[in-house]
Parts: sequence; C-alpha cells; structure tokens
Amino acid sequence: MPKKMHIELTVNGQSHEFLAEPRELLIHTLRERLNLTGPHIGCETSHCGACTVIVNGKSVKSCTMFVAQANGADLTTIEGLGTPDVPHVLQTAFREHHGLQCGFCTPGMITRASKLLEENPNPTEEEIRFGMAGNLCRCTGYQNIVKSILAAASELNAAKEAAE
Amino acid sequence: MIPAAFDYYRPKDMGDVVALLQEHGDDARVMAGGHSLIPMMKLRMAEIAHLIDLQDVAGLGGISVESGQITLGAMVTQHEIIDSDALRAAAPILHEAALQIADPQVRYMGTVGGNVANGDPGNDMPGLMQCLDATFTLVGPDGKREVAARGFYHAAYMTDRDDSEVLTSVSFAAPKGGYAYEKQKRKIGDYATAAAAVQIEKSGGVCASASIAMTNLSDTPIWSETAGAALVGTKVDDAAIAAAIAAMQADIEPVEDNRGPAAFKRHAAATVLTRAIRRAWDRA
Ligand SMILES: Cc1cc2nc3c(=O)[nH]c(=O)nc-3n(C[C@H](O)[C@H](O)[C@H](O)COP(=O)(O)OP(=O)(O)OC[C@H]3O[C@@H](n4cnc5c(N)ncnc54)[C@H](O)[C@@H]3O)c2cc1C
Ligand code: FES
Ligand code: FES
Repeated sequence: MPKKMHIELTVNGQSHEFLAEPRELLIHTLRERLNLTGPHIGCETSHCGACTVIVNGKSVKSCTMFVAQANGADLTTIEGLGTPDVPHVLQTAFREHHGLQCGFCTPGMITRASKLLEENPNPTEEEIRFGMAGNLCRCTGYQNIVKSILAAASELNAAKEAAE
Repeated sequence: MIPAAFDYYRPKDMGDVVALLQEHGDDARVMAGGHSLIPMMKLRMAEIAHLIDLQDVAGLGGISVESGQITLGAMVTQHEIIDSDALRAAAPILHEAALQIADPQVRYMGTVGGNVANGDPGNDMPGLMQCLDATFTLVGPDGKREVAARGFYHAAYMTDRDDSEVLTSVSFAAPKGGYAYEKQKRKIGDYATAAAAVQIEKSGGVCASASIAMTNLSDTPIWSETAGAALVGTKVDDAAIAAAIAAMQADIEPVEDNRGPAAFKRHAAATVLTRAIRRAWDRA
C-alpha cells in the first residue's frame, strides 16, 4: 500500500496541510477535501475545462493533475476571484451579458478568462475564441460568453485608465 | 476515473532520476506535464508503481537560440514555445505547429520532451522534429547520447529510448526558407486526422531543398525523403506538387479508426500536404 504524502497547498490565499495519496486528483482535493465546489467535473477526460483552476499562474484542468504534482503550489479557484457581495468584473459581465444558461461551465470559463485577460488585456473576438478553446459550453453557443469577456476587458481597461 | 496507486518521487537531480529508473525498471516512469500520461493512468491503460515527476529536476528547462542553433530543454512547454519571440523569429514553424496542438490549458502543461518521447503517432512534435532533422539528447546509466529524430521512432510507443533513459533536450539548426505546418483535425484540441510539416528553400526561382514529414498516417511519424526530392529543382508547380504527393502516399500506411477509413486519410494527407507545400513555397 503506497504511503500517504504530506501535502501543502495555498488555495485562494489560505494555506492547507493534509495527508493524501499521491494519486488523488486535484479536482477531488478541491471539491471533496476543501469543499471548494466551484470547479466542476464535466468530462473527467481533460476535454471540457469545467475543472479549470489557476496553478502557479497557469490555467490547468484540475482533473488532469495529481495532488502530489500540485504540492507546494499556489492555487486560485472561482471562489478566490470574487464573492456574491463583491463579484469579479468577469462575474458581473457574465451576468449582465447572459454569458451563462445552466451555469455548469461558468466557473471554468471565468477562471480561464481571468488568466486570458491577464495575459492579453485587449483581446479581439478571435483571440478570445482561441484562448477559450479549452472550455466547452453546451448551452450558450459561446456568443454571449465572448461578449461577456469583451465587456469585462473594456471594463477592466477603463478602470485601469481611470486609476492612472 | 481513479488511477492505480503509485509511489511518487520529485527528485531535483538527473542522477537521482536515472538511479530510480534503474532501481525500479519497468515499474517506474517519468512524468513531465502528465497530459498524455495521466489520461492513460486514469483509464488504467498505464499502471505505474513508481512515478517520477520531472518538474523540479535541474537543467531541463530553457529555450536557447544561439548562432543558428536552437536547443529546447525537455520541460519547455508548448505555451513557452508559443510565447518565445526569439524562437518564433528563428523557427516560425514551431510557433505555427504549437498553436495547433491541444488547447490553452493543455499547452501550459504539455512539454516538448513529453511530446517527442511519448511515441504516440498522434503527437505533432515528432513529425515536426523529423522535418527539422532535430537531434534528441538522452541521459541514462551509461551517460549521454544523441539520436536523430529521423531514426528515433520504431513503432507506436516504441522508440529508441531505453526504459532507463531520460530525454533531456531537443536541438536543431535554425531552419531556412519557407515553412508550413498544416493539420486537419475534427475539432479544436483534437489530434491530427493528417498533418504535414514542410520546410522549403528557394534559390533562383527553383526549389533548392525540401523537407517533408507527415503525422498520424502510420504507426510512426513519416519523414518522406522522396516527397522532398520530388520538389527539388522544380518551380513547385502543380506537376511537382503532384509528384511529391504521390511519393508521400507511397511512404504512409494509414489504417481505419474513429477518424475515418484509410482512403479518407489518404485524401486528407494529400490535401494538407498540398496546402503546406503551397504556403511554404509562398513564404520561401
Ligand atoms: C485534450 C488533449 C488534447 C491534446 N491534443 C494534442 C494534439 O493535438 N497534438 C499533440 O501533439 N498532443 C496533444 N495532446 C498531448 C499533449 O500535447 C501532451 O502534453 C504531450 O503529448 C505530452 O507531454 P507531457 O509533458 O504532458 O508528457 P507526459 O504525459 O508527462 O509524458 C508522456 C510520456 O512521455 C514520457 N516522458 C515525458 N517526458 C520525458 C522525458 N523527458 N524523457 C523520457 N520520457 C519522457 C512519459 O514517461 C510518458 O510515457 C493533447 C492532450 C490532451 C489532454
Ligand atoms: S473535467 Fe477536467 S477537463 Fe472536463
Ligand atoms: S451554460 Fe450550460 S454548459 Fe455553459
């Protein structure tokens, strides 16, 4: 029986220490151990992106990473981006522009989009479609997701300009 | 989808990696980005008792472009390849190909070393590296050795790499002339139905040299020497392209699978190669 490992993770600014089997998948750690049920399990086969979280600054499908690989890492999930009282600009934009229907893909969409806008604050529609290609949505037809991300980008840029 | 249990190692030193591979033999495997290996482990198509994570091993990262020679550390990710301006200037075909691999999340994790060492005929980098005549550096119990990409692939998942060796870098001379990576896939993020990597040099209006490699059309990547030769000395007109396509068709051996029957794959192979040759020639 393989030994359990001592794991340390920082998730949304909070540190966690626990023992886990190395084969535990990061998505299960987040959902079942840390009760962070924002990241969803859609396909379990690395295709849909519903499980997307940010690991050391990279957008990662957490169904395709062992907790052992993430040991020592700094993570952000949808729960760390905004709260119901103080939503992230992307969360507000998705609400206002009808960027979701059933909402299943939304945490992965927004977590991925936040990284996309960090790397490319002024994306074209085409760049958004390409940068979001790892996230599937079965409801919206993507049109309003793209609109929401464009709106969030201009919102963020306007706020940046106002601050300067 | 829970994989079989394993012991996990995260060594910092290549010596320790090789020692672990020697100690555990067939039961041990290295892991780079894990985006080919973990899906196989989840399906229990791979059961690995000792998993050696390469993420902290010193000396496996970095892109170097120096006096016409390019070296990629095995742990360089597809995302880093796309992101490197120096690499894009020196070998734009890598940029064009990496953008057609998988999706953004996978590209943050997937490495060039994992992609070329994996041995899956669907991977895009092996054919690309054959087109570029790249050399793979391997480190094992007996030290270091170099293998040409064109001689590395024996059959699906069977490569020249011994179980106790680690691929540490990929290097090649900066390619000259025009280039194209053309891939037919069913949807974004999919492996190729057919893909072609082409580099062409033009001199005095005729083709001076051409290198052509095809992906996912046999159980290994196919560098078609005769297809390249069919273009040399021509103006790369329709007749020359037809001769190159015919030569390529003689080298590939597609089989029917969920991407279609063999005849369809031959059709797709001809289409991607025609497009790639035309684009590379325009850019030459
Ligand atoms: C949804 C999805 C879509 C994809 N689409 C594509 C695609 O279109 N084209 C494509 O080419 N790939 C595609 N991939 C595969 C992806 O690019 C992989 O990441 C890549 O093939 C392997 O790189 P890795 O670093 O993840 O390797 P790993 O999964 O860590 O390793 C793969 C294999 O190589 C071995 N290995 C890894 N590194 C070394 C090394 N340095 N020395 C010796 N052996 C080593 C491992 O032991 C293992 O057997 C896709 C993957 C997913 C999940
Ligand atoms: S659940 Fe991870 S990609 Fe679908
Ligand atoms: S809103 Fe239902 S899957 Fe995207």
